[in-house]
Amino acid sequence: MTARQALRALLAGIAVWAAPPAGAAPAPGGTLRAVEQRRELRWGADVFGGAPYVFQDPMDPNHLVGFEVELADALARRLGARARPVAGAWDKLLDLLARGDFDVALNGIEVAEEKRRVCLLSRPYYAAGERLSVRRGDPSAPRTLEAVRGRRVGTLPGSLAQRILERAGAVVVTYDGGQDQIYDDLRLGRTDAVLLDDPIAHYYADVQPELETVPGSFGEVRYAVAVRLGDEPLRDAIDEALAELARTGQLRALYRRWGIWNAGTAALLGEPYAARPALSEAWEAWRAAVGRPPSLRERLLVRYPRTFGLFARAAGLTLLLTLSSMALAMAVGALLAAARRYGAAPVRWLAVGAIELIRGTPLLVQLIMIYFGLPELGVKLDPFVAGWLGLGLNYAAAEAENYRAGLESVPVGQGEVATTLGLSRLQALRHVIAPQAIRISVPPMTNDVIALLKDSSLVSLVTLTELTKTYSNLAASMRDHLGLGLVVAAWYLLLGLPLARLGRLAERRLGRHLRRAAA
Amino acid sequence: MASEALVQLFHVYKQYAGEGPALADATLEVGRGEFVFLTGPSGAGKSTLLKLIFCAEPATSGQLLVFGRNVAKILPRHVPPLRRAIGVVFQDFKLLPHRTVAENVAVPLEVRGLAPRDVARKVAVVLRSVGLELKAGKFPLSLSGGEQQRVAVARALVGDPALLLADEPTGNLDPDRTVEVMDLIEAANARGTTVVVATHDRSLLERYQRRVIALESGRVISDGDAFRRRAGS
Repeated sequence: MTARQALRALLAGIAVWAAPPAGAAPAPGGTLRAVEQRRELRWGADVFGGAPYVFQDPMDPNHLVGFEVELADALARRLGARARPVAGAWDKLLDLLARGDFDVALNGIEVAEEKRRVCLLSRPYYAAGERLSVRRGDPSAPRTLEAVRGRRVGTLPGSLAQRILERAGAVVVTYDGGQDQIYDDLRLGRTDAVLLDDPIAHYYADVQPELETVPGSFGEVRYAVAVRLGDEPLRDAIDEALAELARTGQLRALYRRWGIWNAGTAALLGEPYAARPALSEAWEAWRAAVGRPPSLRERLLVRYPRTFGLFARAAGLTLLLTLSSMALAMAVGALLAAARRYGAAPVRWLAVGAIELIRGTPLLVQLIMIYFGLPELGVKLDPFVAGWLGLGLNYAAAEAENYRAGLESVPVGQGEVATTLGLSRLQALRHVIAPQAIRISVPPMTNDVIALLKDSSLVSLVTLTELTKTYSNLAASMRDHLGLGLVVAAWYLLLGLPLARLGRLAERRLGRHLRRAAA
Repeated sequence: MASEALVQLFHVYKQYAGEGPALADATLEVGRGEFVFLTGPSGAGKSTLLKLIFCAEPATSGQLLVFGRNVAKILPRHVPPLRRAIGVVFQDFKLLPHRTVAENVAVPLEVRGLAPRDVARKVAVVLRSVGLELKAGKFPLSLSGGEQQRVAVARALVGDPALLLADEPTGNLDPDRTVEVMDLIEAANARGTTVVVATHDRSLLERYQRRVIALESGRVISDGDAFRRRAGS
């Protein structure tokens, strides 16, 4: 049967995925030695709404751009390596660094004392003032730190800006999502002001005519490269490379090009500062790309087609993850259901306990435990394996209950007749009970596959860039949530509808013995 | 008759929790090639006796030998092979609804690991003998009651069992269908299969004139060759 062969091929595929021990084990000579040997510097960053730091070029999202991309390239060159970006959620970057998912984290990481307990920090490479943005022409807009007391002010979680605002008594609204959403909320009146680092204000507030940024700075934050604890040689090498880039003027040129050269950074690098350059090509390009919404024609003919490769790759990952997780869920679910229905008392309790535990806790918690928790016990899983395991086990509980309902729907007499025909208990289950139970279980199973397809979006947590993550990255960098939302919806339907159709076919085939008309 | 005994009961009791004895001090023997009716009112213990014989349940006490083997001492994993030598027909047919007629009849052969070609050949022969060769591809729910019971008989006989047990096989059938089914069972007996039929239908006892074991409240109240003697055999 072809379906069986397909399943076998799929399981074999999973075995291949699962086989190699995942992740980069710390090399004996430390991470610096590893970087030199593989001639590759893996640096972690969040590309979600990250202009001007790290983001997808709105004109061609297949390219990652930003001043930190160029900084990483320059640093890597100094180390005799090539820079390879690794995507991760911004608030999880230091966890991912500790886990070994990349060599350094380089993404607007603020120098702060409490961070020194979880990582080493390089010398700062940039100093940013905290800038307050408000709605233009809003007479009640808070324009001083005193005025923010009791007002709703947006910022990024865990930032210096958040601490400043809290000290000032503001009602702080933090966003896990992209920076564009923070300024969108301000524009829409959901917040009264936004306090964020200078580059962010420049790239998100200053391009919107409805917003203005209050002159002056409300504090200063410095960015540094984060390195794993114990990797002093790498930290020293990066410090040296940064000093060299500063001495040769490459850093200044880079910041000027991006339009983010400022007095604080000039002081940090020991250079004179006159004024923000009038013309900075990268910023102008950004403003041209996002300042004016592109016409529908341009979106349909130029911008969306350029997203095809990214979405197609993400769809492949989403589908592979969905199908392999469902296969795992079906296998484990069948075992749990059988244990629950036919097992001896202790086995039954164990199965019930496992089902309730898995079913009663959020998938997100399970994923965090698998990906970030298990390494504490020395078990470090590859992102795909972690996502597969998390989704598969989570859905196994649902499948187990689903199969139990199916098993219980088969009349007891069917089991009896099977055994009187000389079938062993296992044969009876396989040839008589299960085929009848499956008919009851298939409709909810179809439903579960579709739900799993959508829940697979949660694996962006474990650094897998699947469809939803790709969408949110693109929507943030191209500043087009609605249009790209329809595009990603089409991709999901493209994956989901055939699965639903497959489910209906299976239902019809399994139910054909009930159609008297066919007789 | 001095034939070898296929089923022997010695003082067999069967007690279900919280009820009176379903079977009490039953002692009897069924010889190879015999055709035996078990009769008695509902609840007399007919079905219980059959269940003990095909090892669906253990006896509470006493000794039960099937094919000369003490069933109380058979390991659980040896029970399925023993059952394959016993064909069973139920009042409510108990066909597998998700399998076609031919697939239902094929089950006992598939369990034995017969090659698919041999299975198909034997199934075709048996279906022809019960007159259902044209219904082979149908699903049971699309057949009439009489047809379904003939499928069940075919399934019970396809593996050439030494022993055929039938529990009220005609209880759900009208008189004409009853005769059809009983004639099939009688034909099997004529080919050498030992048959035990539980029934409370006295007209069957009259019509077929065989040994009759009468049960009441779990006790054997008569083991009569009455009909057979009257028939002069």
